[in-house]
Amino acid sequence: MYDVIVIGGGPAGASAAIYLQRSKLDVLLIMKDYGTLEKTGHIDNYWGFEDTMDGTDLVIKGLGQAKRLGVQIIEEEVLDIEKDMFGHHKFSVKTDQRSYEGKTVLLATGQSKPNLRVKGFREFTGKGISFCAICDGFIYKNKKIGVVGNKKFMSEELETLSNFTKDIKVFTDANKLTVDVDFSVVEEKITEIQGDDVIGKVITEKETHEVDALFIAMGTPSANDFALRMGAIIDKNNIVVDDKFMTNIPGLFAAGDCIGGLLQIAKAVSDGAHAALALNKYVRAL
Amino acid sequence: MPVKVTTDSFKKEVLESNIPVIVDFWAQWCRPCLMVAPILEEIAEEYEGKVKVAKVNVDEEGYLANQYKVSSIPTLYLFENGKVKTQVIGLMRKEDLIKKLGI
Repeated sequence: MYDVIVIGGGPAGASAAIYLQRSKLDVLLIMKDYGTLEKTGHIDNYWGFEDTMDGTDLVIKGLGQAKRLGVQIIEEEVLDIEKDMFGHHKFSVKTDQRSYEGKTVLLATGQSKPNLRVKGFREFTGKGISFCAICDGFIYKNKKIGVVGNKKFMSEELETLSNFTKDIKVFTDANKLTVDVDFSVVEEKITEIQGDDVIGKVITEKETHEVDALFIAMGTPSANDFALRMGAIIDKNNIVVDDKFMTNIPGLFAAGDCIGGLLQIAKAVSDGAHAALALNKYVRAL
Repeated sequence: MPVKVTTDSFKKEVLESNIPVIVDFWAQWCRPCLMVAPILEEIAEEYEGKVKVAKVNVDEEGYLANQYKVSSIPTLYLFENGKVKTQVIGLMRKEDLIKKLGI
């Protein structure tokens, strides 16, 4: 079992992993891509670089530095994180390949962005639009359920929901479906969500689909998706942490853009360092 | 302490209560619900005599969950004089919950 599993390989995650490794903790860093920095071509405001830096290059350098210092890094997609039900200091992190166990977890997966921006989305969130099958699936026993998604994350949610009903439609929202599904699939773009007090219809480009609920599991899970399933408090799309960077769930920490504040590399690096110091104390006291 | 409310006791405990009642629709399998529980226990203690906290298990009380159109849990309602005054969906900080409920 690892002392700390860091999820995310950007400035917050990699910095934290470096500090943790140097504190002689057993740390595993799991990452899937270069995040927001992948789309940032020119960085001129981060300290220490005479020339303009490319975001992807900076992430690669940070990971190389972590590797050189002995951090174990794996490139897998995290699908689910579960805390031990009996209150033991144990988290299971399930990826698209296998599961890993850690005494603690640090979420550093960047900012969670709402992934379906259509009319009615906000209005019916919590009123039939759900982000968590395990939380709300039971309410829709034998009802008509829509699931929005296209990858393994969606399959996971589908598996949970299929225990409650067989009347399920998958909406890819015009994204490429990368998994096999046994239910009917709508590949058109979603244009609107309609209903009265609660959701009633999903409108796509050419069709109208009646639903009692719509579960969102688009693309890959975000920090908020993990937080929600574990019962971590989220405020305005940001994970809430205390001054030790710990969430309301003992042993679950978060750092970087996923906790909000200044969305800058310097702040993410600072978060990573602070979280690592707090994690070191926390793990050693277990 | 929060009181457990069923379809049978809902009228007496909630609708006929002479103080406002927070009704928490929850379930055992829902982690966010389990994290709301300690917050509600604190509220029940701090507001003792002024606000009552009631819990409805949606697993056992499907009728009530249906009646009040619970579509995502945790869902919390504030009842005053037998009527719904506010509805709050999801887990949040204690201070935010108090503010949103308007107690």
